[in-house]
Amino acid sequence: MSLLTFNKNGIYCKQADVYIDPWKPVKRALVTHAHSDHARSGHQKYLAHKRSETVLRLRLGVDINLETVEFGEVKTINGVKFSFHPAGHIPGSAQIRAEYKGEIWVVSGDYKVQEDGISTPFEPIACQHFITESTFGLPIYKWEQQPVVINEINQWWQSCKEKGKVAVIGAYSLGKAQRIINHVDQGIGRIFTHGAVENTNQALREGGMEIAPTTYVSDEFSKKDFAGNLVVCPPGALGSAWMKRLGPAETAFGSGWMALRGARRRRAADRGFVLSDHADWDGLNTAVLGTCAENIYVTHGYQTAYTRWLIEEYGLNAVAVKTLYEGEGAEEQEGKEVKKP
Amino acid sequence: MKQFANLFMQLDQTNKTNTKVAALVDYFDKAPDEEKVWAIAIMSHRRPKRPVSTRDLREWCQEETGLPEWLFDETYHVVGDLAETIAKLLPKVENTEDRGLLYWVNFLIELRGKPQEEKKKQILGAWKELETFERFVFNKLITGGFRMGVSQKLMTRALSQHLEKDPAEMAHRLMGNWDPATVTFYDLLLDDSVEADTSKPYPFFLAYQLEDGPESLGSPHDWFAEYKWDGIRGQLIFRNGEVFLWSRGEELVTDQYPELKAVAELLPEGTVLDGEVLVYKDGQIQGFSLLQKRIGRKTVGAKMLKDAPVVLRCYDVLEWEGKDLRQETQEFRREILETLFAGLPDNNLLQLSELINFKSWEELTALREDARSQYSEGLMLKAKKGTYGVGRKKGDWWKWKVDALTVDAVMIYAMRGHGRRANLYTDYTFAVWDGDTLVPFTKAYSGLTDEEFNKVDSFVKRNTLERFGPVRSVKPELVFEIAFEGIQKSTRHKSGIALRFPRMKRWRKDKPPNEANTLEDLQDLLKLYG
Repeated sequence: MSLLTFNKNGIYCKQADVYIDPWKPVKRALVTHAHSDHARSGHQKYLAHKRSETVLRLRLGVDINLETVEFGEVKTINGVKFSFHPAGHIPGSAQIRAEYKGEIWVVSGDYKVQEDGISTPFEPIACQHFITESTFGLPIYKWEQQPVVINEINQWWQSCKEKGKVAVIGAYSLGKAQRIINHVDQGIGRIFTHGAVENTNQALREGGMEIAPTTYVSDEFSKKDFAGNLVVCPPGALGSAWMKRLGPAETAFGSGWMALRGARRRRAADRGFVLSDHADWDGLNTAVLGTCAENIYVTHGYQTAYTRWLIEEYGLNAVAVKTLYEGEGAEEQEGKEVKKP
Repeated sequence: MKQFANLFMQLDQTNKTNTKVAALVDYFDKAPDEEKVWAIAIMSHRRPKRPVSTRDLREWCQEETGLPEWLFDETYHVVGDLAETIAKLLPKVENTEDRGLLYWVNFLIELRGKPQEEKKKQILGAWKELETFERFVFNKLITGGFRMGVSQKLMTRALSQHLEKDPAEMAHRLMGNWDPATVTFYDLLLDDSVEADTSKPYPFFLAYQLEDGPESLGSPHDWFAEYKWDGIRGQLIFRNGEVFLWSRGEELVTDQYPELKAVAELLPEGTVLDGEVLVYKDGQIQGFSLLQKRIGRKTVGAKMLKDAPVVLRCYDVLEWEGKDLRQETQEFRREILETLFAGLPDNNLLQLSELINFKSWEELTALREDARSQYSEGLMLKAKKGTYGVGRKKGDWWKWKVDALTVDAVMIYAMRGHGRRANLYTDYTFAVWDGDTLVPFTKAYSGLTDEEFNKVDSFVKRNTLERFGPVRSVKPELVFEIAFEGIQKSTRHKSGIALRFPRMKRWRKDKPPNEANTLEDLQDLLKLYG
């Protein structure tokens, strides 16, 4: 029997009796990162990277039974050696390595190879069995370097400012929001945040992360305070009733899906910026080949196509595995409700 | 190309009409005249003849990228647009040289006569020269299907602002046959001295759907009512001894309905009629399916002419004795139309769409309910004092269709959509019960909200049973009410029936799949309305 198997609850290690990113409540969960499709509530015990702690407690409750580790630190459970390694997806995101009697697995969770300036950069980990996502597993998806996209965002913000409008950008509140906040040109104006983003910012700051100054969109501000400035909100808040308080606005959306013209037109935002926290086509291939693994398990995304590609192009033993992870799609739904920080 | 590509990008980035018009005006103000003619042509679906096939483009792109065919196809299904797929799969380039739209249009025109090897060399060269978005626009010039979100109305608004001319005049000038390769911007839009093109049609006046009853329209005495005929809209022109028939899609279709050329014997010089092309046989209108056989055919054989002869059932006269009547009232035009028909000899080409006699809205409401028995799809209401407008305009013309027929059906297959629905499962196949098997009988793509589409998309992804290329079979669980305008016998479909304008009226979340309709129910509808 393999060290890791896929069952109805998630990715299971029988020898250690633990799950990695389970989607049903279990006794002990090792969590790659704090996004909601990977870190769910209801587990009795959690193990995660240190940087995820404050966000996990914000999202799952302060009183969860959580133990944290540093990158590279080995945690042995019933003979199985577990360690966390940078996945480059969001702050605190990790790949989880499991080793037992010479058998080595790496569960990559969500990852990207490109550096984003806020997450510890992705490191390839040698293994025999590699579990990879395939959110953007088609050759159409090729990301620009981050500064190119940030520059586009700056230009758009500047043009909104010249029109006396507020620039409202929808971005997932954990990860992408901070990527934008920390890199846009603060010389243009002030950065405001929606409650969901501000909550996350606070949690990350508590955890020791440096985040550029932001101001929560509270009732003390009026429309004229927002004009010319940038508001970062979760994608679900774009076009919602919440936006009315901001005054005349232009909207934008940052996501890997914006690479497709059709998807861009479907989201009725004024602008779509191609900004993703997942690996693009080249990134996936680099990561998979970098592990030197013979066995590849392809999860959420363009599974069928990417699996076939790995088999036919690289002669790997690849299989598609059904999971409940959602990749960049899940993020679009976020932010429909507003919480005060 | 950068200027035109930039316009395209700006139009693409907004849903706001005013922003679009502003982008167009800005482009028209800056671009050279020779280029503008082509830009207008492209935005009104005229483009240079395709010099290479889409198959060529796919093959060359596969060769250039080294991708296997299956992966290219898979990517194409997700993107939903060939021009975009190719533009983005090819390696990025930095383009410092900028040749205008006119250069690339001429490039494609000259390419047509060249040998295949040369074509390939030149297209690959172009791909290597153009940046990704310009490359996309270039590919679009070849493949067509420029959906830039620019309606005729938007373009005429922009041109009228740019030239400070009346929008209705701009709309009329843009109609009909003009060749961007030969006409100048000035001749097309400004010159009053040139001899008018005798084939030039008037912009069609289009009706809005009447959502609530007619009571809101005021007194019934102010309105004409007619049956709404279910054929294809046609504008018949007789000028200088020549007959031209235009379809609503601004296509010259005279050769597809050659029998109508004989109206030259019937009509006085300088007459333009508006009506419906219908198949008429054995003293009655035939179903749309028979007319469908003639639509899109370039040549019409003797058998077709005998099996599906057409007439033009006329309801308006736009030009009389060479004079434009569009500013006259409906009443006035109707009188001329009736006088014309009173004087016509017996013929099997032109018919008058009769007015319906009615005194009250109640009476008319009852007649509408029975409209199907008249081989019509409802009623048309026209204000007696109204003029003949340009395009779709609220107020003077209303269509009041009979309620659609409906069945409840189970979704069994799904396919990804195109354009703004790329990468989203929005094209579904529906089935009804035949005993305990589900028989597919129609596809439908429209009628749901974006939010509903997202939900169904996520259902499809989680409940896929099998994949056949781009098509997925799904768990037969979701029930939808399918509305349609007509039902016909079909030998091409497994179920033996074909629907007209099927769409999803409602997601029947309240219905389990076993309560969907049966094939027998459909056959009953076929007996009643087929």
